[in-house]
Amino acid sequence: MRFRLTDDQRALRQGVRDLLARRFDRDALRAAVERPALDRALWRELGAAGFFALRLPETEGGVGLGLPEAVLAFEEAGRALLPGPLVATHLAAGRVPGAAEGETVVTTVDAGGLVEWLAAADVVDERGGEGGAAGGNGDAAGAVALRSVDPLTPLHRVPRRSRRTASEPVAVLLTAAEQLGTATRACELAVQHARAREQFGQPIGAFQAVKHLCAELLVRVEVARAAVYAAAVTADPADVAAARLLADEAAVRGARDCLQVYGGMGFTWEADVHLLLKRAWVRTRRAGGGTESEELLARELLSGAGR
Amino acid sequence: MDLSYTAEEEDFRARLREWLGKALPALPPKPSPDDWPGRRVYDLGWQRTLYDAGYAYVHWDADPTTRLIFLEETERAGAPYVGANFVGLLHAGPTIAAEGTDAQRARWLEPILRGEEVWCQGFSEPDAGSDLAALRTRAWRDGDDYVVSGSKIWTSHAEVADWCELLVRTDPTAAKHRGITWLAMPMDAPGITVRPLRTLAGSAEFAEVFLDEVRVPVAHRVGAENDGWRVTMVTLSFERGTAFVGEVVACRRVLGELAREARANGRWDDPVLRRGLALLEAEFRALWRLTQWNVSEASAGGVPGVGGSVFKLRYSHARQELYDAAADVLGDAALDLDRPWVLDRLSSLSYTIAAGTSQIQRDIVAERILGLPKGR
Ligand SMILES: Cc1cc2nc3c(=O)[nH]c(=O)nc-3n(C[C@H](O)[C@H](O)[C@H](O)COP(=O)(O)OP(=O)(O)OC[C@H]3O[C@@H](n4cnc5c(N)ncnc54)[C@H](O)[C@@H]3O)c2cc1C
Repeated sequence: MRFRLTDDQRALRQGVRDLLARRFDRDALRAAVERPALDRALWRELGAAGFFALRLPETEGGVGLGLPEAVLAFEEAGRALLPGPLVATHLAAGRVPGAAEGETVVTTVDAGGLVEWLAAADVVDERGGEGGAAGGNGDAAGAVALRSVDPLTPLHRVPRRSRRTASEPVAVLLTAAEQLGTATRACELAVQHARAREQFGQPIGAFQAVKHLCAELLVRVEVARAAVYAAAVTADPADVAAARLLADEAAVRGARDCLQVYGGMGFTWEADVHLLLKRAWVRTRRAGGGTESEELLARELLSGAGR
Repeated sequence: MDLSYTAEEEDFRARLREWLGKALPALPPKPSPDDWPGRRVYDLGWQRTLYDAGYAYVHWDADPTTRLIFLEETERAGAPYVGANFVGLLHAGPTIAAEGTDAQRARWLEPILRGEEVWCQGFSEPDAGSDLAALRTRAWRDGDDYVVSGSKIWTSHAEVADWCELLVRTDPTAAKHRGITWLAMPMDAPGITVRPLRTLAGSAEFAEVFLDEVRVPVAHRVGAENDGWRVTMVTLSFERGTAFVGEVVACRRVLGELAREARANGRWDDPVLRRGLALLEAEFRALWRLTQWNVSEASAGGVPGVGGSVFKLRYSHARQELYDAAADVLGDAALDLDRPWVLDRLSSLSYTIAAGTSQIQRDIVAERILGLPKGR
């Protein structure tokens, strides 16, 4: 058993991190907040780097890697708060022409009826699932825009459908990976601020109440990381459900605690903390929300499987 | 990232399973929790059985993955817990192995492995708990002996121990971490009084130990005089390594039992309760993965590091939540000590205190992993 990153996986993660540092740094993030449009050039660059085609077989023009690598890439995207329907486009690669290359932006109608980035997307994928129904425009008819809480995730809602299928585990897992990245970022920001900001003549990070908030931030990140990475290896739906619940918690509570460490600055538009929290909130609603994962795990628990 | 086990590891697992299948039915009946002499005999007997079968080495020599498999399989099979062997196998033994002389290793390690001698840990004092380095039990040289006076508290297994790994102050003038020495004290030496303390669960798990001019040979000192703090830190880092593997396996089994009990008594239909159990299932799945992660890291890099604090923090709280959930499943029966899980719920209350309180663990995580400034 070697449950740790291989050298190749480390290199891949670093590669994605470098690309995003170059193409989507803090200035770009803040510029995007003021003008929330999808950066098509960046999208194509991601495509060229293999972000969307990561798991497509090489024979189909993909990179031929697996879920663990995809999870690492999505974790970095979450850490940088990279906007756009990344999961839907990644899942459409190989089914929707142009998705793999980053030429076509694909969104999907979520189980609850929410659609992210509808106006910017070229295609609405009906299933958002692997090996499911063919791509092509899903039914986003009658979609109504709502005033999204997250400035970097425009949202529409379509009238509730009767069809209710279980969410695609890969979509759930990649969302969890994004949450993990955002949680990591919240922890990094909180710790940086706790070291730099001084009150009562010392860094606030020397106060135990602040120190312990930071410690709990890290604990949640590391527990979620173990769950997300393991689910990427097993691809077991129950592991995915567990990963999702822990990653949601790490991201949402992490951003909240980070906000507290920031004090008044945390309540401003100018600080990035609210962007972390709002994106984390949006992701908790994806793919049936946490309730679907909880019910799945409850069934698993009762059946005694996986023990 | 690879969660599969090698053929060699699977082979070890298969042979262990087969052996457990034969060895466990031959065990004597479990003694009652209050029968300390009986527990000593039982726990040592199990250790001897492991030794004879060639498994005693697992805690020390085996690579971390083998240890993980051993702890996982013995727990699944319902084998006895380390019990009275805990300090010898997981604290004192590893310390002597790392810091002792050849003669000391020869004297003390084999009897621990063979299930012949029980150790206890005499670190905490009435005025030195979290602030362990404030300990005041004094030792001064008199010829070839140290003469030790003072008192220890919360000493688990003191009543049945042969040896005590003891921290004493040998230089009261030095800075508090600098004047401490590690001694192996024979528990039958004159001047030792053990007074059992009753826990909130009603049993006597630990004791006060009073030391009145107890003579301990200088040859029983491990490490240099006044270097005991560093020697002790070696021990504590072992304490936070793979120590909870079996317990996580056990918690996952309990969760399954809770679900079935809730189904049987109708509470499963309450979505709040059901989803609460599901969240715990997520939690313990993750803790199992974190264990595998830490074990893989330890395999690659040697001694487990401060990552153990991350695990201990989360696990100790999760365990308490598990038994709180058990109480929700039980309803009124949660007040009946004869029902399953009720005593376990009481025992779980010590987890956020023993072996470093949660507050101290958070300090460790914040200062040593996150690099936040010291001071509070
Ligand atoms: C079941 C059990 C078995 C044990 N077995 C042994 C044993 O075999 N050998 C042995 O030597 N010891 C043993 N202990 C003792 C254990 O290590 C101590 O209880 C523990 O270190 C805490 O010390 P204390 O009880 O003196 O609490 P204190 O240190 O007095 O702590 C009281 C409270 O104050 C908090 N606190 C203290 N300092 C700080 C700080 N700096 N910042 C924030 N909060 C702080 C603590 O977190 C805690 O909440 C055992 C304890 C238990 C419960």
